Amino acid sequence: MLKSNPTSCSNAPILKERGQREVFCGLTSIIWLHRKMQDAFFLVVGSRTCAHLLQSAAGVMIFAEPRFGTAILEETDLAGLADAQQELDREVERLLSRRPDIRQLFLVGSCPSEVIKLDLAKAAQRLSQLYAPSVRVLNFTGSGIETTFTQGEDECLASMVPVLNESGQKQLLVIGALPDVVEDQMRNLLSAMGINDVAVLPATSAKHAVTVGKNTIFVATQPFLGETHSALERRGARHLPAPFPFGAEGTTAWLNVIATEFGISNERFEQVVSAPRARARKAISQASEVLSGKSVFFFPDSQLEIPLARFLVAECGMTAIEIGAPFIHKGLVGPDLDLIPEGPVISEGQDVDLQLDRVLKARPDLTVCGLGLANPLEAKGLTTKWAIELVFTPVHFYEQAGDLAGLFSRPLRRRAALSREAAA
Amino acid sequence: MKLTVWTYEGPPHVGAMRVATGMTNLHYVLHAPQGDTYADLLFTMIERRNHRPPVTYTTFQARDLGSDTANLFKTACQDAYERFKPEAILVGASCTAELIQDDPGGMAENMGLEVPVIALELPSYQRKENYGADETFFQLVRALARPVEKTAQITCNLIGPTALGFRHRDDIDELSGLLSDMGVSVNVVAPMGSTPSDIKRLGAAHFNVLMYPETGETAARWMERDLGLPYTKVVPIGVGATRDFLNEVSQITGLSPVVDDTRLRLPWYSASVDSTYLTGKRVFIFGDGTHAMTAARIARDEMGFEVVGIGCYNREMARPVRALAKSFGLEALITDDYLEVERCIENLSPEMILGTQMERHIGKRLGIPCAVISAPVHVQDFPSRYSPQMGFEGANVIFDTWVHPLVMGLEEHLLHMFRDDFEFNDEAGPSHHGGHAAQRAPSVDSVDLEPTKGLELQSQSLEMTWLSDAEKELKKIPFFVRGKARRNTETYALTQGVKKISVDTLYEAKAHYAR
Ligand code: SF4
Repeated sequence: MLKSNPTSCSNAPILKERGQREVFCGLTSIIWLHRKMQDAFFLVVGSRTCAHLLQSAAGVMIFAEPRFGTAILEETDLAGLADAQQELDREVERLLSRRPDIRQLFLVGSCPSEVIKLDLAKAAQRLSQLYAPSVRVLNFTGSGIETTFTQGEDECLASMVPVLNESGQKQLLVIGALPDVVEDQMRNLLSAMGINDVAVLPATSAKHAVTVGKNTIFVATQPFLGETHSALERRGARHLPAPFPFGAEGTTAWLNVIATEFGISNERFEQVVSAPRARARKAISQASEVLSGKSVFFFPDSQLEIPLARFLVAECGMTAIEIGAPFIHKGLVGPDLDLIPEGPVISEGQDVDLQLDRVLKARPDLTVCGLGLANPLEAKGLTTKWAIELVFTPVHFYEQAGDLAGLFSRPLRRRAALSREAAA
Repeated sequence: MKLTVWTYEGPPHVGAMRVATGMTNLHYVLHAPQGDTYADLLFTMIERRNHRPPVTYTTFQARDLGSDTANLFKTACQDAYERFKPEAILVGASCTAELIQDDPGGMAENMGLEVPVIALELPSYQRKENYGADETFFQLVRALARPVEKTAQITCNLIGPTALGFRHRDDIDELSGLLSDMGVSVNVVAPMGSTPSDIKRLGAAHFNVLMYPETGETAARWMERDLGLPYTKVVPIGVGATRDFLNEVSQITGLSPVVDDTRLRLPWYSASVDSTYLTGKRVFIFGDGTHAMTAARIARDEMGFEVVGIGCYNREMARPVRALAKSFGLEALITDDYLEVERCIENLSPEMILGTQMERHIGKRLGIPCAVISAPVHVQDFPSRYSPQMGFEGANVIFDTWVHPLVMGLEEHLLHMFRDDFEFNDEAGPSHHGGHAAQRAPSVDSVDLEPTKGLELQSQSLEMTWLSDAEKELKKIPFFVRGKARRNTETYALTQGVKKISVDTLYEAKAHYAR
């Protein structure tokens, strides 16, 4: 079991930086949210830049019409606001008549829509009334002036909390979008312990009504859900702080917090976790051979940095030089910070030029960074891991623990393989 | 407001980035929110560039609005100037910054920087990426280029290549070689590969080669007027166009247009008997205006295809594309709406698409082979081998690229011969596509067994039905010509006023269209 460290990072000073940030905006979350919520459409109200960002982040898409799109504002929309609302109604009408399978529509705010103060909350209310009960219309912001990358998911989930039905039943609510296969593994672990009343936000479809109330206990699988956390507390739900379920030990600690809350016996708990935990440990030890004793440097990206650094340090034998995160929500990542021994620089925000100076000086064995920085750093002889893959790939819980370690070890193994070639 | 799913072009500031990233010793300070930094990955991932684009984003946030976004800009600009020590600075606004009206140009000009500051006004809500590149390059040239003494030798500038351009890297080499064979050396290639100092000496050349009108025409026109540099109008993609281009250079310079073409293989490959099967293949062409137009000429005159549709996504090129389409007896499709292009392809049911990465996906879905001829680019469009589009080697590359997705000639005949053999069924795609073909084939088949939506629509609009015997007979026809057979039969039936298509109608139509 993981032991919190008396000299951990939780009280280390945080280097706060405000300069150029090299991160995506929250719109990017739509890429995985729309795959998860199969009857939802995400309509960004924005500019050509927003459409281009989504397209670039999504890479090559092969579906004809994905369940997201951008209503691109034009000169005429910028002139008068009343106009823009009408235009939006028209686009929504077209969209919904073409896509009768849609049950939830999210109007997603962008920088341009927010700067011109286009009121999407008003639009969502109006459209909800118009299309109820077949379609529910909500709004949230994914703009780059308000949100960074994964915060788009946070805003999306937070927008759903006020409309969840009330329930006084004691239940566990798990927040955070996970790939279906991982979600199923999680449900199986919980039900094997005897916890069957488990709801997950976001649900795969609007049919699965998630409820909330005073007896709801919630736990997060993603560390970037600060707004959702507050919204749920406002509905009376109680948060269970826990380390995030990465790796064998992270998963065990996460499950243990829940087991304790629900009064599951130690014996039962061990029965459930011992086999998958052993599997995960074995998988990690194989993948982490090349990681052990190596140093790692995190650029801020998804807010997963602190829990992942915890995994690499505590379970793979790495040392962290710098752990940068776009935001640090101690209520959520506190338990992971507790488990990282003092030493690394913990930075929040970014000044990318200064951070690049630091990474080039420190020359870590592995640098976790965004796609814009990876090749330039590789060209300078550093080994990098694209941070975005950590968000797009199944990495949570026991059965993915080996894959998670593998994501970090592959770049190191690759560099070794190529240098052998060059030396020959 | 217009709903957009996939876009052919990014916003205009991405065009400006293509200019800046292609150059060195130039820096672009862009007033923009943090999310706009995604554009860096286009260059570092798609083009595999080994350095960051020379762009500083101010990354203002909501809390900065109304208080100090202007100061943020000034600090970012000053820091970038000190850190990167560029020879010149571009400043501009992205879509969001355009709305907050901080006037980056005015601010930067008043900062007393010791290098030229070029302010860009790119209307984000009206224009797009190609315009952004063209306008940025023009502003750079206008600000920096001055009349200078001509080189003693005959030289030219290569105008238009940018970062993230479709095969620009190799087109530069190919053209440099061709021109050097004629006795013309290159003064400056710009924007890609140049510095602001190079821009200053553009005027030393004797003429300009306008490689890509999309990104260089405004600058070329300005240099013609203000620096007295004539520029070439023919884009040398294809054999005929390359020869026309050499003649044009000859007219400008008085040098002989005859150059060594012994490595040119397209004409013979096209004439050799294996290519007989290319005759009259119905192709649909879509891309940026320049690549679409050059492709049309190659398709008809050098490959022997039948061009059934042509269009472009950049409105700036609508006029010449329309004119060219007219000369082919067609009406051009000018749109940046991907779904409209898809509908058009469905309706025309061509045997091959020459398009962009977007059409490649359309082709995948409809089971129509597609070769990529134009931006928007994908990592595949930056092959490690030399593969230009321009000049004689470009023509060779184009022949190979276009033929690759098709079934080879001899192979096609074998498929005909053995079509009833259980091992040689319709699902065997081109043999050189390996495992891929097996994935593709089912979709090919399903498209043909249940006629595509477009065809259905068409049949309905013609108020025509296929009798079941005729439908069965149609299915015996190999899949790669089935679409054509269906279409020809329906067209024939229409001209004959036949409402019910029988086996006889099918064969009468076959006889009618025999060639
Ligand atoms: S940062 Fe703002 S303008 Fe840029 S893509 Fe994101 S939402 Fe759109």
